[in-house]
Amino acid sequence: MITLTHYLVLSALIFVLGLFAVLTRRNGVAILMGIELMLNAANINLVAFNKFVAPGAMQGQVFALIVITLAACEAAVGLALVLAAYRGLETIYLDEINLMKW
Amino acid sequence: MTGEAIAFYALAAITLLSGVIVVSSPNIVHSAVALVPAFLGVTGIYILLNAEFVAGVQVLIYAGAITVLILFVIMLTEGGTGLRLQQRNEQGTIGAVVAAAVAALLIAGATRTVWTPQPGTLATYTPGAIGQSFLGTNLLAFEGTSVVLLVSLIGAIIIARKED
Amino acid sequence: MTPYAWLIPLFPLAAVAVIIFRGERLPGRGAFVSIAAIVLAGLAGLQILGEVATAGARADLTYRWATLGNRPLVVGFVVDPLSAVMLAMVGIVASLITIYSVGYMRGDPRYPRFFAYLSLFQFSMLFLVLADNFLFMYAGWELVGLCSYLLIGFWFERPPAARAALKAFITTRVGDFSMMIGILIFFLHTGTLSFTGIFQGIQAGQITGPLLTLAAVLVFGGAVGKSAQVPLQVWLPDAMEGPTPVSALIHAATMVAAGVYLVARTYPLFILSPGRDALSVVAWIGGITALLGATMGVVEDDIKRVLAYSTMSQLGYMFMGLGVLGYSAGMFHLITHAFFKALLFLGAGSIIHAVATNDMKAMGGLARTMPVTFWTFLVGTLALTGIPPFSGFFSKDAILVAAYAQNKALWVIGTVGAFITALYMGRLIWYTFAGSYRGAAEGPDPQGGHGGARPHESPSVMTVPLVILAGCTVFLGFLERPFGEFVRFAGAEPPPGPAGLVALSVLVALAGWAAAAAIYPWRLVSPSALRRRFAWLYTILVHKYFFDDVYRWVFLGAGSVLVLIAGAFDRYVVDGLVNAVAWLTGRAGWVLRYVQTGREENYLLLIFLGLVVIVLVRLIR
Repeated sequence: MITLTHYLVLSALIFVLGLFAVLTRRNGVAILMGIELMLNAANINLVAFNKFVAPGAMQGQVFALIVITLAACEAAVGLALVLAAYRGLETIYLDEINLMKW
Repeated sequence: MTGEAIAFYALAAITLLSGVIVVSSPNIVHSAVALVPAFLGVTGIYILLNAEFVAGVQVLIYAGAITVLILFVIMLTEGGTGLRLQQRNEQGTIGAVVAAAVAALLIAGATRTVWTPQPGTLATYTPGAIGQSFLGTNLLAFEGTSVVLLVSLIGAIIIARKED
Repeated sequence: MTPYAWLIPLFPLAAVAVIIFRGERLPGRGAFVSIAAIVLAGLAGLQILGEVATAGARADLTYRWATLGNRPLVVGFVVDPLSAVMLAMVGIVASLITIYSVGYMRGDPRYPRFFAYLSLFQFSMLFLVLADNFLFMYAGWELVGLCSYLLIGFWFERPPAARAALKAFITTRVGDFSMMIGILIFFLHTGTLSFTGIFQGIQAGQITGPLLTLAAVLVFGGAVGKSAQVPLQVWLPDAMEGPTPVSALIHAATMVAAGVYLVARTYPLFILSPGRDALSVVAWIGGITALLGATMGVVEDDIKRVLAYSTMSQLGYMFMGLGVLGYSAGMFHLITHAFFKALLFLGAGSIIHAVATNDMKAMGGLARTMPVTFWTFLVGTLALTGIPPFSGFFSKDAILVAAYAQNKALWVIGTVGAFITALYMGRLIWYTFAGSYRGAAEGPDPQGGHGGARPHESPSVMTVPLVILAGCTVFLGFLERPFGEFVRFAGAEPPPGPAGLVALSVLVALAGWAAAAAIYPWRLVSPSALRRRFAWLYTILVHKYFFDDVYRWVFLGAGSVLVLIAGAFDRYVVDGLVNAVAWLTGRAGWVLRYVQTGREENYLLLIFLGLVVIVLVRLIR
């Protein structure tokens, strides 16, 4: 019997995978991919709560849809930034983008 | 073992394994492509959760648009050369530790809490219900999101434009 | 008038304010204002004395100032025979001296300020005299000390004067500190600062035994400092650096007498101490100082210093008198001494003004050239040495009679002191007035005045006060009996001594004069021969019994050590701590700046790390 807890654990694991990517990858695009994973994990949480805890309204799924939309926007803008950075700095590896470092 | 359970564990396995490839592959293109099964796994999860419309949107947007977008950008920057560079930065181990800790906390929090379900039942035809709420109680969020879409569209075009 | 006695100190206080703000543009450059104030005060004082003496007026003007916790702080003024005679004496003597100063300080660049300081002192002294509680008395006490400092160091451009002012203030401070401790002990045990309250408290047994003696002796410590008694006498000779009117007013007649007044006012503290031990302390310190001061005066060449030692010695007599239950005798000597010592100092000032030096060896023959000064000075000297019918004879004799009845040893000391007093005063008269003038034609001007080529009599603004004081000196003596009836303390009335005691005192004084005559004018023994013969004694006396040297060694020496330690502590520990904090901050900043890597992957890591830590901490609690 699959309960809410299963979904929550799964979403936690996906979130942590995304977090790991964000923290440890050098490639800017890879970091964005990690962010997408984290957003997905949150969405799973939302939909799961909608079904198991608050089934009366569609709030959870609505929220998840909005999150997907916003994730798309954010991916677009983020990747545009990566492109622009590549054009100017010739690199997308974050540890090489250090003009502002001491 | 019910069918639901089998489905759940299978989908979970697909998602997690693809996720691992996404986050740890030295080849950025492999990572990007591994996103697809990950997203499709999540889609399956949504269907298990009776969120069909969300699942559909997930496939369209995530597995479709976003993955393609990422692959585009990888090709337009130098990632497509397939060089086996060091992809992990210097805080690899501690990042893993922190991530594991966060995981432990989240799981601990999730398992210990008692979630009391509220009254009500889920609508059977979700797209209709979602549509009703988007144009009903969540109208403002709907409109706001469309504005954000517009703005990010314009923004992305401007940022990524070639300067000439 | 009596109930308004508290207004009297305000006259000179108003004068101070006026002179400070308008000084130069006032009539007489401030002098007239000051004189007017003190003369008014003096006349009012006389009026009150009359009222108290004839009509038996008394006043106890109290005022509840504040409430400390659940105790009221009641302060006020008292008018009784004791304060009335002090009021009158201070008023008259201060008036004469202030008038005299017009002549003495003429031409001084800080002329108005001098009179402002004089008026401030007069206010403080009058306030002190009228106080009926320790708080006011201590306030007046400190104020007169301040004025003493200001006036001794009036010519502060001269390093000796500046040093002397500081020495006076610090030495009396030691005494004041002791006095404050004594006051606090009394306050602690009786809950009040008013004299009558404390006396009642002692009689009610709130403070008894050795503690009472200790507290009384501590209060007496203030008198020891202020009246230059042993062991705090070291400041008085140096205080002669101040202008002579200052020496006359403060260090002869009034401020130094405040110590005697203190003991008289708080007499029950001493007489009620077990075994009258506190009283014995007073008597013995007085006796020792009387002898010590007299002996040091014999070898001194500076005319003002001789008079300073004489003052020290005579104050010792006053304390001795109070200590042997001769209450009226001691107070009477205070009053007579105020007049004739002021006279002597003003006369000395007249001389110094004329010959521009303090050194007696450089004077001589002034009896002919300065007759008024000479005759008035002689009157003062005769009074001081106790020759009848001058006032000093009556008062000093009364003390000796009381001493004979109470403590023969002290009587012997007092009599020997009288002999030495006559000896050094005779010496002074001889060097200053007799023979022919030994002075230089031109010389440096230590205390103002004209050059020394042709000494001449001082202007009348200076000589008239001399004559007035001489007159008082002549006639005051006959008031001994009425004074004894007027200012007395029950239980402190000595019996009349054996017949012949008085005659013995006179003989001793005459013997002292004879000895002076034998050494100086008649040359039966030469001074230099005596000096060689008693070289050891001479050395001790010239070095003032080495008090200054011991004090410098011990206190300044210990002080220097403390200074070194404190300095090192300040430099290394305190500064070190502060510098260490600064260094620590710098190092911490240097180290911590590496946190700002500029790389957001590091920041993200920190964010999530922080999240984990916070949640863990929350879980653990």
